[in-house]
Amino acid sequence: MAAQTNLNSMPPQDEATTPTNWRELVIENLIRLAGISAVLIITMIFLFLLREGFPAFVEVPLSDLFSSRWYPIEDKFGLLPLLAGSLIVTVGAVVIAVPLGLTTAIYLGEIAPPWQREILKPFIEVLAGIPSIVLGFFGWVALAPLIQSMGAPSGLTAFTGSLILAYMALPTIISITEDALYAVPKEYRDGALAIGATQWQTIWRVVLPAARSGIVIAVMLGIGRAIGETMAVMLVTGNAANIPDLGFGALFQPVRTMTATIAAEMGEVAQGSLHYSVLFGIGIVLFIITFAINSLATYFVGGGKRRRGGQI
Amino acid sequence: MIKNKIDVEGFNFYYGNFQALKNLNVPIREHQITALIGPSGCGKSTFLRSLNRMNDTIASARAEGKVLLNGKNVYDPDVDVVELRQRVGMVFQRPNPFPQSIYNNVAFGPRVLGMAQKGTDLDNIVEASLKEAALWDEVKDRLNHLATDLNPGQQQRLCIARAVAVRPEVILMDEPCSALDPVATLSVEELMRELSDEYTIVIVTHNMQQAARASDWTGFFWLGELVEFAPTGELFTNPKQELTESYITGRQG
Ligand SMILES: Nc1ncnc2c1ncn2[C@@H]1O[C@H](COP(=O)(O)OP(=O)(O)OP(=O)(O)O)[C@@H](O)[C@H]1O
Ligand SMILES: [Mg+2]
Repeated sequence: MAAQTNLNSMPPQDEATTPTNWRELVIENLIRLAGISAVLIITMIFLFLLREGFPAFVEVPLSDLFSSRWYPIEDKFGLLPLLAGSLIVTVGAVVIAVPLGLTTAIYLGEIAPPWQREILKPFIEVLAGIPSIVLGFFGWVALAPLIQSMGAPSGLTAFTGSLILAYMALPTIISITEDALYAVPKEYRDGALAIGATQWQTIWRVVLPAARSGIVIAVMLGIGRAIGETMAVMLVTGNAANIPDLGFGALFQPVRTMTATIAAEMGEVAQGSLHYSVLFGIGIVLFIITFAINSLATYFVGGGKRRRGGQI
Repeated sequence: MIKNKIDVEGFNFYYGNFQALKNLNVPIREHQITALIGPSGCGKSTFLRSLNRMNDTIASARAEGKVLLNGKNVYDPDVDVVELRQRVGMVFQRPNPFPQSIYNNVAFGPRVLGMAQKGTDLDNIVEASLKEAALWDEVKDRLNHLATDLNPGQQQRLCIARAVAVRPEVILMDEPCSALDPVATLSVEELMRELSDEYTIVIVTHNMQQAARASDWTGFFWLGELVEFAPTGELFTNPKQELTESYITGRQG
């Protein structure tokens, strides 16, 4: 590599190359350092999590961890209600946000006339900029009463949390999906239209499949944002660590998520206590879940890339 | 007397305030190959895309005059653009197969137009279309492979197969060989000759030899106007207009 660069630039004086190479070396190593430090920091965070949280998995029997009772004062550390809470709120958010986000992106990218796009896009960017706690506050003050008036025993339910999370995930899903659609070459659309496909058939059968990997990233990043979110959810989900009844009704009961549990209880525990370890254990579980989602996304996208690479 | 498949009459075309086509009158003969030549930017592609209204997708574009397909103006308000494009197919300059399987590329048109959804009906259409495009023997064992993995010549023939799969009446080709090597170019030209038994073909080309070799009629465009339109042999050996002569000799010599 280095030899080739020298050949190409053909320096008139030999001295000129030395400082250049020297500078290249410094820059290269700075960049390498930045890359390595990212890996290092993540590893250290994970090791720290492990050290603090590992005792939980040793000292609390597995059967207790998988029980349905979370009552730390009596040393009951059943994670199921928290897992169920996170699951319901997140799945609810995904079910709301993905179709809404994808259709909005399709509308913006493929159908809307330019003037509408120019009005809508800034609004979506503003939506992305609203601090999550403000959304949570909005949910508490405005959404919860609405949901209660529709017949739920309390307005602070999993569904309220899902709505707020969906709104937080929407801008991510919309803007990344729109980028993915934009990256689909016009030639594909022309090819489909020229055969006699309608605009909708073109979008559904050609544009969306071609943008698939980008759309998967959009959805995964959206979900990632939803899973990690804490404060807003804590405000509106009612904070009850119960396993909700199965079925559709589960959405309209108060729940408590893993993140909310950590945030709510971390302040009150003695450092090094079992409760403290269990909270870190929850952190480990969260870490593993998000890691799994990211790996899944990478796997999907990697598949798409490999296939597109074959074009050359 | 051979009948006219398409009659363009008093046709003007504008991009915003810019007039790209000026008062064109072009007869396109049925089952013949019509070549359009002319310098870059003279409006050949614009003209071609006016025939199947692909220009409709451009916001600032505006058309005046008539394009009569079998005597019916395709710009009439009651014309269904989707049906028009099924009848007037198009092959583009850069091969543009969808990033899907070879089979699905050819099956795309029959599926969206409801000719066949799956099963042997669809298989038969796919096979017949690939045979028509002289591609069947090369791909019959890998119909589920990605179309974008084919070489450019095969990709272009696949695009032709995709176009003929919906049984069009006219096929428009905009410089279909400009991204191909000479061997692939010749095979596409041969193919055009065979296809002209069944279809009416209009081809834009920058390649004088190609126009001379492969077409029955040639139109010479210059700055949005049709300078000369004549049987190919006549236009190349005995052009009536000085402009035509200087263009074809300049390009050939
Ligand atoms: N979408 C568009 N908007 C505005 N002007 C356009 C558009 N497309 C083409 N033009 C203009 O219209 C004129 C004709 O373009 P066209 O593409 O039809 O030429 P062409 O003969 O096909 O050229 P080439 O041989 O380079 O393909 C050119 O001056 C071009 O700049
Ligand atoms: Mg052109």
